[in-house]
Amino acid sequence: MSALAVALTGNPNTGKSTIFNELTGAHQKIGNWPGVTVDKKVGYVTYKDRTISVIDLPGTYSINAHSQEEIVVSDYFKENKPDIVVNILDASNISRNLFLTVQLMENGIPLIINLNMMDEAQRQGIKINEKELEKCFGMPVTNTVGRSNKSVKVLLDVFTETRMSDYHPSEMMQAHIDKVNQIKASGMSAEKIDEEVIAARYDFIDKVMSQAVTTEHIGNTFSDKLDSWLANGFQSLVIMFALFYLLFQFTFNWVGQPLADLLGDFLTGDLVDWAKEAMEEAGVADWMQSLVADGVLAGVGAVVGFVPLIFTLFFCLSFLDGTGYMARVAFVLDPIMRRAGLSGKSIMPLIMGFGCGVPAIMAARGMDTNKDRMISVLITPFLTCNAKVPIMALFAAMFFPDNAADIVFAMYFVGLAIAIIAAKILSQTAFKSEPSTFLLELPPYRMPAMKTVLLETWDKGKGYLVKAGTIIFAMTVMIWFLSSFNSDGMTEDMDQSYLASIGSATSVLFAPQGFDTWEAGAAVVTGVMAKEAVVSTMGILYGIGDDVSTEVEDADDTASQFMATSMAAAFTPLSALAFMVFTQLYSPCVTALGTVKKETQSWKWMAFTFIYTCSVAWIISMLVYQVGRILGFE
Amino acid sequence: MTLKDAETGSTVRIDSVGESKLKNRLMTMGLIPGTRVEILRSAPMGDPIAIRLRSYNLAMRKHDAEQIQVSKIS
Repeated sequence: MSALAVALTGNPNTGKSTIFNELTGAHQKIGNWPGVTVDKKVGYVTYKDRTISVIDLPGTYSINAHSQEEIVVSDYFKENKPDIVVNILDASNISRNLFLTVQLMENGIPLIINLNMMDEAQRQGIKINEKELEKCFGMPVTNTVGRSNKSVKVLLDVFTETRMSDYHPSEMMQAHIDKVNQIKASGMSAEKIDEEVIAARYDFIDKVMSQAVTTEHIGNTFSDKLDSWLANGFQSLVIMFALFYLLFQFTFNWVGQPLADLLGDFLTGDLVDWAKEAMEEAGVADWMQSLVADGVLAGVGAVVGFVPLIFTLFFCLSFLDGTGYMARVAFVLDPIMRRAGLSGKSIMPLIMGFGCGVPAIMAARGMDTNKDRMISVLITPFLTCNAKVPIMALFAAMFFPDNAADIVFAMYFVGLAIAIIAAKILSQTAFKSEPSTFLLELPPYRMPAMKTVLLETWDKGKGYLVKAGTIIFAMTVMIWFLSSFNSDGMTEDMDQSYLASIGSATSVLFAPQGFDTWEAGAAVVTGVMAKEAVVSTMGILYGIGDDVSTEVEDADDTASQFMATSMAAAFTPLSALAFMVFTQLYSPCVTALGTVKKETQSWKWMAFTFIYTCSVAWIISMLVYQVGRILGFE
Repeated sequence: MTLKDAETGSTVRIDSVGESKLKNRLMTMGLIPGTRVEILRSAPMGDPIAIRLRSYNLAMRKHDAEQIQVSKIS
């Protein structure tokens, strides 16, 4: 027997993904619908010797094709005829949830109506007569309790035992469909037709509600009480920012980063040493040793080193999202963020961007519209990530010893200000046609299902390794090649390599910024591999060696080491400032670029990110230098 | 009266959704003439507002609420 094809569809916040995860467990594949920033989730389960393939369609309120998600669902049903379509409804919110059900029925899609969150509905005084509901639609009705594994397994019996050909739309349903067809044939304007059809659907729903649902009002719910604290009044802002602070600390200082450092030390330290020793003993050629140690292993390190950060952050974000709190974040911050052409939820990538751009860019997937997702991805590179801090700390300590902290702070500010300006410009140019609207469901607070949180976290890490990892790895090996070879073959000295030639060719570009030395040019080029490489490249090129400390606490010591070299004379305070501004704003590292490609599904947007950040950095740093000179600074 | 001017805590009935780019989406979310809406609260900065209709909560900007004509029930 061939696999039974099941499609899950429903509104957002109905617990659809939790049901999908309970059904398929780890046997699922997260991909991407072609050309859009929407996840495509497919899973398999074997039950009573039958293979059942389950597709989790994106959550939508309708199939009106107003958003990417709606287009995905609408196109899916045009092109596919799954054996079973399950429409998952939040029983506590049945009236609005039925809108999609009615619309699917109009499109001739037979479906199983599954009432989820029945326990929650009962607590809210909502009683649903399943037999009546079945009669109203002529379709089978089942129910599940959100997180109960057992009740979800019952669905498998339903899938294997239900023959959809036994079910036909009820008379009442058919009458509604006829009415919709009449409206569509009435010759009114398309807009008017849409509105009449929507009104007719709710007419039908109101009829269903009066036949199959009784609601008794029971005062304020727990969610309402919580919302009076978390979504209203000044203290809601305080609580929110305290939570962001904890989230940031957890990811970048307490758990994520320490784990990443351990892993990084192992990959670029112990592992490289062992590999070198082993290869030495085996008599492997020098170039091969270098390829393995500095190319391949460094590439693996560049990819894998970020995984602990991604796991930690997405564990927290997925948990928060599951509770329903992220909708409150969007609600509370909307008036501030909309001024910059962003939505409230864009605060997450913006805050996380101060730690590391890679998870920040990935966090954009949680936004509600394509416009929000794209703008969040494109502005994150301007922020001061952890790897840029050593550059700022070193240059500030060297050239502005009296007010180093102020200068570093100013760099943070420049990054944030440019990010906000870029968001504003992008929202009014490249994404102008996509409306910036705000109409957001505030779902009740819920305890997220741990299985779903863990699976989502795992998928984020896996998706990053598979999709972004290959690109990042390839770019790292390429940079290894450029820094270890010249036209005569392999070279020990980086300052004889292709990279140095590229660096000196590049440096010509920086005459208007006052730092047109080839060392600065080469550091800028290696900085694209990883921002940490800017300081270490300068260490090599100015003859301090390749073990320069990039710890911020050591910035003063490192600065005095550099002051003893020709670097002290290579920059003036003004050109140093221009260099800091440039490195603050220019292209993100290859890891971030690979992540941009993964998230936007487009090489074009990755190339755009590289070119536009470099252009913005070049222009702003030139302005700093030139205006500074006019004002009499040096 | 518009939905924007309705008092927090009061319940209103929608008279018309008004012409706006959002009209189609508002209606899809269940804001149909005749629907009962309770005004729950506003965000800390006064905007957006949260409302309850059809036993779920929805947030919208005041600018959009201004297009919606309502009359007070209680």
